[in-house]
Amino acid sequence: MKGTVSRLIRIFFSYGVRLVSLLLAVTVVTFALVSLSPVDPVQQYILGLGAAVSPEQRAEIEDYWGVNEPPAERYLGWLSQVLHGNLGESSLYRRPVADIIGERFRGSLALMLCAWVLSGVTGFVLGCVMGMYKDRLPDRILKKVCYIISSLPTFWLGLVFLLVFSVQLGWFPIGFSAPIGVLDSDVTVGQRIYHLLLPAFTLSLMSFANIALHTRQKLSDVLGSEYVLFARARGEGEWTILCRHGLRNILIPALTLQFASFAELFGGSVIAENVFSYPGLGSAAAAAGLNSDVPLLLGVTLFSALFVGVGNMIANLLYGVIDPHIREGER
Amino acid sequence: MKKLNQRQKTVILTVIMAVLLTAIYVCGALIPDEAVNGSFLDAGQSPSFAHPFGTDTLGRDLLLRTVKGLSVSMTVGLAASVISGVIAVLTGAAAASGSRLADSFIGWLIDLVMSVPHTILVMLISFAMGRELKGLLIGIAATHWCSLARVIRGEVLQLRDRHYIAVSRKLGRSSAWILAHHLLPHLTPQFLVGLILMFPHAVLHEATVSFLGFGLSPEQPAIGIILSESMRYLTAGMWWSAVLPGLTLVLIVLLIDKLGDCLKMIIDPYTVQE
Amino acid sequence: MEQTLLEIHDLSVSFRMYDRGFEQTDLQVIAGLSLTVYPGEIVAVAGSSGAGKSLLASAILGILPSNAAVKGQLLYKGRELTPALQKQLRGTEIALVPQSVEFLDPLMKVGAQAEGHSRTAGSADKRRELFRRFGLPDGTEKMYPFQLSGGMARRVLVSAALMTDAELIIADEPTPGMSLDQALEALKMFRELADEGKAVILITHDIDLAASFADRVAVFYEGTTVETVSASDFKAGTLSHPYSKALWRALPQNGFEYERK
Repeated sequence: MKGTVSRLIRIFFSYGVRLVSLLLAVTVVTFALVSLSPVDPVQQYILGLGAAVSPEQRAEIEDYWGVNEPPAERYLGWLSQVLHGNLGESSLYRRPVADIIGERFRGSLALMLCAWVLSGVTGFVLGCVMGMYKDRLPDRILKKVCYIISSLPTFWLGLVFLLVFSVQLGWFPIGFSAPIGVLDSDVTVGQRIYHLLLPAFTLSLMSFANIALHTRQKLSDVLGSEYVLFARARGEGEWTILCRHGLRNILIPALTLQFASFAELFGGSVIAENVFSYPGLGSAAAAAGLNSDVPLLLGVTLFSALFVGVGNMIANLLYGVIDPHIREGER
Repeated sequence: MKKLNQRQKTVILTVIMAVLLTAIYVCGALIPDEAVNGSFLDAGQSPSFAHPFGTDTLGRDLLLRTVKGLSVSMTVGLAASVISGVIAVLTGAAAASGSRLADSFIGWLIDLVMSVPHTILVMLISFAMGRELKGLLIGIAATHWCSLARVIRGEVLQLRDRHYIAVSRKLGRSSAWILAHHLLPHLTPQFLVGLILMFPHAVLHEATVSFLGFGLSPEQPAIGIILSESMRYLTAGMWWSAVLPGLTLVLIVLLIDKLGDCLKMIIDPYTVQE
Repeated sequence: MEQTLLEIHDLSVSFRMYDRGFEQTDLQVIAGLSLTVYPGEIVAVAGSSGAGKSLLASAILGILPSNAAVKGQLLYKGRELTPALQKQLRGTEIALVPQSVEFLDPLMKVGAQAEGHSRTAGSADKRRELFRRFGLPDGTEKMYPFQLSGGMARRVLVSAALMTDAELIIADEPTPGMSLDQALEALKMFRELADEGKAVILITHDIDLAASFADRVAVFYEGTTVETVSASDFKAGTLSHPYSKALWRALPQNGFEYERK
């Protein structure tokens, strides 16, 4: 047990170092990219306010972006602000970026969590069905379905769902995370879930095929193994084999893959949130980009990299937990 | 004998699909801009014999716009795939060049590209380049090379250990000579297959990014733009403007995907075995 | 005539192989094999490695891969061994001792694997008793297969088979990797089982072992049993088939000769 903990700590630190180096590189690249852009964040901030901007405000914003300093120093100045938690102020919403991210992430998290669980569960179950019936009719049909769904553009799928279920059938709302005209504090959990269902379903369709095909392959490897042959020789039925050996050997790899796919999940949520006008980080990112809100765009990008990094970290740690070779150590 | 038939069938299917795709591409490119301009008298018509895909709120024929949009998407997709493929070959070969430093650096670089969701990264790059075609191309090209680079790296590492490469080296051939005469002929099929598999992804990505407003400008008849416009009129019951162009995009993507599988079977028959 | 436990008449097993494309070829692995097993005896099926001996066990148990075709007649206690009957007998009346650690689930502790999926209240005690008899140290039951030596894994596999009250035990190369004492213990237990009226089919490439511990030896060659002789005849060298003679001459005590042609 003690060995497990120390091993996990080792994985945590070795991947942690890599993660920090990647995140630093992300800050360099994103800062370089926005510096390249024709948009000047100071001008953009002042633009909306017009004459209302006071000289103090102006000085403060110029100081934040390090106007009149060489690029390297500008980057370092900005980085130290970011590390102190100051992500700047959004020119679009006129509020600190950190607050907006915190608020919007709650919406995105609910959406992504629903989609993540939904795609994980359906993908895993379908993968098991395909693996059990490999090369037979259910497998062949489901495999086709997986391939077709994974080549559908998510935004179009969202559009069609919106058209069919919201506009034509009227089962679901057109969008947003809550009914329009209701105060945020008055929105019930039920209403939130109701507004969440369709975007979450769309988002889950984007990623279930991946996990289903992975599970199918893993399960068919397990079913072709010698230990399953022995299990059959001992009179275990197909169902017992699935529960006793199948799940034991495929569940955690599938979970690891789910955690490692946070990048696709986040990218998909950007699309789903925009189609369904759902207020989350993804729609904030698109709005920031379209309205040249540099600090917000930078903030969301950094946050997304952190989110993906956390997912990969969990995947790495899970990998260390499951494998008895790693867990118990070789003898 | 049947094996030959199977192969011939694949070749014939490939040719048909390639001709079909080229036809759509050429049609789209040949449609003059004026033909797309409609009159307000025809605005918002549902599909009919005269306008199979209906018209949009400006009275433009949606079939013409869709075909034209597809040809734009295919151009962008193809260009981005080729750039991405070249990056993949260069980085993959560099990673396998023998220097451990280069290898781990490129591994780290791939992790870096993978560490930001691609939609966000393309949006950021497009934003940096002023939200036009150039940014879109660079954005898509920058995010699609990773898996092919890994394949090329593995392939080069395998080839490096072959005897004839060692013999060549002993004979005093330069690395560049070996690359040109021994490595490239082996890498070309892998490269082509990787390129074709990348193509549909690039087309989809272009449509997605244009839909979000970060790709082609709203005047362009891109599929993403058409669908993003259609969203505004969804509640007005103009279902055709969302369904039909999208469906066409899906069919084209599936067609390219299938074409890729067939070409893979022809170019590289040994890896197709599941 | 005594009631037979298992009769195999003219058994053939072939695999349908798909080449690339649609051509298919049939690969014959067992052809025209016959074998009879009576209660209370140990029958060795002996022959060189890689000759399809293990598939014989799969064929009896009905767990061949789906692309295998089986022809011939199998009788268990005089009843035809249909797939339904095979399913009913697997793990209850017929038990298999597979040949290597690969047959253990890598992610399951070996104690639970030895006890099997249908464990009852007494299973743990019985398993403990078996592990003790085979000299498996305390704590073995909490180990994972990769932590076992080859010999330990085989002892776990034999224990798993002995957990059941099977009438027929098919042991596929059960002894390699065990020490002499452990191998003798395993074989002694097989003998005890045989004395209780059960039967053991010992699949082995070790002719010496076959001749010393079995009651009868079926010589397996090219997918079939070329002859079945009593162990005493085998030791005396009273053999008719050239392959059996060659095997016999290759025994250490007979001077390691091999047939020259």
